Amino acid sequence: MNDRHHLVLKDVQLALDGASLLTLDAEVGPGEILSVMGPSGSGKSTLLAFVAGFLAPAFTASGRVLLDGRDITGLPAERRGIGLLFQDPLLFPHLSVAGNLRFGLPRAARDRAARVEAALDAVGLAGFGERDPTTLSGGQQSRVALMRLLLSAPRAVLLDEPFSKLDTALRQEMRQLVFGRLREAGLPSLLVTHDHADAEAAGGRILTLA
Amino acid sequence: MMLRFAPALIVTLLVGPILAGLTMAALPAFGYLPALGGHAFSLAPWRELFAQPGLARSVAVSLASGLVTTAISLTVVLLFLAAASGSRLDHWIRRLVSPLLSLPHAAAAFGLAFLIAPSGLLARLASPGLTGWERPPDLLIVQDPWGLSLMAGLILKEIPFLLLMSLAALPQLAPAWRLAMARSLGYRPTIAWLKVVAPSLYPLIRLPVYAVIAYATSVVDMALILGPTLPPTLAVSILTWFQDPDLSRRFMASAGALLQLGVTAAALAIWWGLERLVARLGRSWIEGGQRHRGEWPLRALGKGLILTTTLTACAGIATLALHSVSGFWRFPEALPQAFTLLHWQRALPSLAGPVASTLVIAGVATLLALALTLAALENEQRTGCHPAQGRLASAFTLLYLPLIVPQIAFLFGLVVVVETLGTRPQHALVIFGHLLFVLPYVFLSLSEAYRRFDPRWSQVALSLGNTPNGAFWRVRLPMLLAPLLTAMAVGLAVSIGQYLPTQLLGAGRVPTVTTEAVSLAAGGDRRLIGVWALVQASLPLLGFLVAVGLPRLLWSHRRGMRGSP
Repeated sequence: MNDRHHLVLKDVQLALDGASLLTLDAEVGPGEILSVMGPSGSGKSTLLAFVAGFLAPAFTASGRVLLDGRDITGLPAERRGIGLLFQDPLLFPHLSVAGNLRFGLPRAARDRAARVEAALDAVGLAGFGERDPTTLSGGQQSRVALMRLLLSAPRAVLLDEPFSKLDTALRQEMRQLVFGRLREAGLPSLLVTHDHADAEAAGGRILTLA
Repeated sequence: MMLRFAPALIVTLLVGPILAGLTMAALPAFGYLPALGGHAFSLAPWRELFAQPGLARSVAVSLASGLVTTAISLTVVLLFLAAASGSRLDHWIRRLVSPLLSLPHAAAAFGLAFLIAPSGLLARLASPGLTGWERPPDLLIVQDPWGLSLMAGLILKEIPFLLLMSLAALPQLAPAWRLAMARSLGYRPTIAWLKVVAPSLYPLIRLPVYAVIAYATSVVDMALILGPTLPPTLAVSILTWFQDPDLSRRFMASAGALLQLGVTAAALAIWWGLERLVARLGRSWIEGGQRHRGEWPLRALGKGLILTTTLTACAGIATLALHSVSGFWRFPEALPQAFTLLHWQRALPSLAGPVASTLVIAGVATLLALALTLAALENEQRTGCHPAQGRLASAFTLLYLPLIVPQIAFLFGLVVVVETLGTRPQHALVIFGHLLFVLPYVFLSLSEAYRRFDPRWSQVALSLGNTPNGAFWRVRLPMLLAPLLTAMAVGLAVSIGQYLPTQLLGAGRVPTVTTEAVSLAAGGDRRLIGVWALVQASLPLLGFLVAVGLPRLLWSHRRGMRGSP
């Protein structure tokens, strides 16, 4: 988890029906968080979909995504090693809290039970493992989603307005937790948001799309 | 990937047999069927057909039942939705609509017959006090020459179907918002619904409406129980000719099949014309600014009609149950003098075989349909190509083909094809025949939930390192368990209720509860019919009970899984 990773977006160009949406050339180092800001319709979410490997067929893209020097542009989503955090926690409702964390752990991981317990403990949710995720508060669910992401040992992380649905008090707390954890894990991250406070709290470079 | 071939496979499976069946009905209709000595084309089958006594009457009853029942059913459904949305009645009817839809046509027909016959429950309740009848009156109520009781039976079954289709389509119209807008402009609620929601709803349920017309013009099992006999409806006549020991009558039967196709097409064309007319008249009504007039009577009708038809269907089932356990039951008595389990005990040994057959056929056909449907829908998700929904021109429309081409018109052409091929694996053939009708319903039932499923769930699963197959098995399937089980229950119900495919493709040698129950109609032993019809009605209901109960049991500790996802 303390490996140092590198995400490079090289000459990325996205277009919808021939009309150019955005062009981007960026490098994100280990533990660095690059914030991309822009109004809705500026192609922020399309950028994330492209990097994560979910680009809808209606869009065309050129350019390359390099992760630790390896070109992952043509890889299917599940083999890219890129984790996602959405504005909803999206904890699987048919699994328990611990089940969601186990879902994130790679199959080959050892001491699965211990690692799940430790992950819960790390975000102040020790003993919540067998709970139904829907009985948790919004903030608790977000914390579980973060730990599920980290347990899956990604090499880079994409954040799609992850705090926009939290109330103000909780938002500040979650920003610190998420950004702190990502930095600690040495993960290059791409944050898409339209909230300036998010981008400032991230503490990295800020790219504004037209 | 195998998935990519699923859509093509589905289309081939649905269109291929229908085209083959229609072709093999068309050739003998013009005298060509070498196996029976027809080597030259001729118009003899048609001359023979038109020389049949009562043909015009048969055609008229078939055409009328298609148009009249659809018009009435659609009116009842629209008025109910307009008058009752949000009321307690609405809540109650919504709960009953799936079980009523699962009620097989034959069981509904028997229930209605037992209710309205001269010696039926209604006459008993009214006698001798109101009617003065001491013995059953000599009236031809069931199997009346104009097919009125047949139409009543069809309406009982069409209403839940159209209602369910409407309820599925309504959310995308945001009816609450439209109603609020119209009411704020001063329109009374029922008038408002009819003016601002109904016109947008109709295009969404047009294909199901056409399917209802096609079904009602060509129904066989219900017509055997409730329909006129001298002459019977066109579809029943065709079946009789086809099953005649004199094989040469098959030429005429084939001509009849084509005529049936024409009658159904004519009914659809007339309906299409009526649609234009209603649209024109409706527009001036909608834009006329009338806000109040008719509110009260429309509301009363909307609630009253649905209540009447629902209670009739339920009373029919109750009557079946009553007959199945009745001992001696003298005429105007409302209840049997004695109750007995004798009829059940006598029927049990002969029930086992057909029940097993029914369940095997329904189970295999439903599982096949489910696998094909899931493959096609999953392929759609992975390639990101979504077909245009609701558009008449999309490939999606082909799903309705087996529901719009009359069964009788292509099924026995299909029998001829199979006979020509020589092999007769009966159970497999019947399952294949059922698949033609199960597949569209399973697909229509599941596709809505599958397409609405938030794609981010799968994206999260993939980004956590699962393969697309892993995401399908570990996330999508378990989260869609409830709609999946509902689709299965629908598939089972459709298969269990099939009469004609079982009878024709099984050559009468694959008895199911439905074929056995229908064959009892001629005998008229009401107690035995009560037993068989009740068994027939309860099998699909079991499927729906499982579909409702299993998710609640499995997800009793998962609150997020209790509503539909």
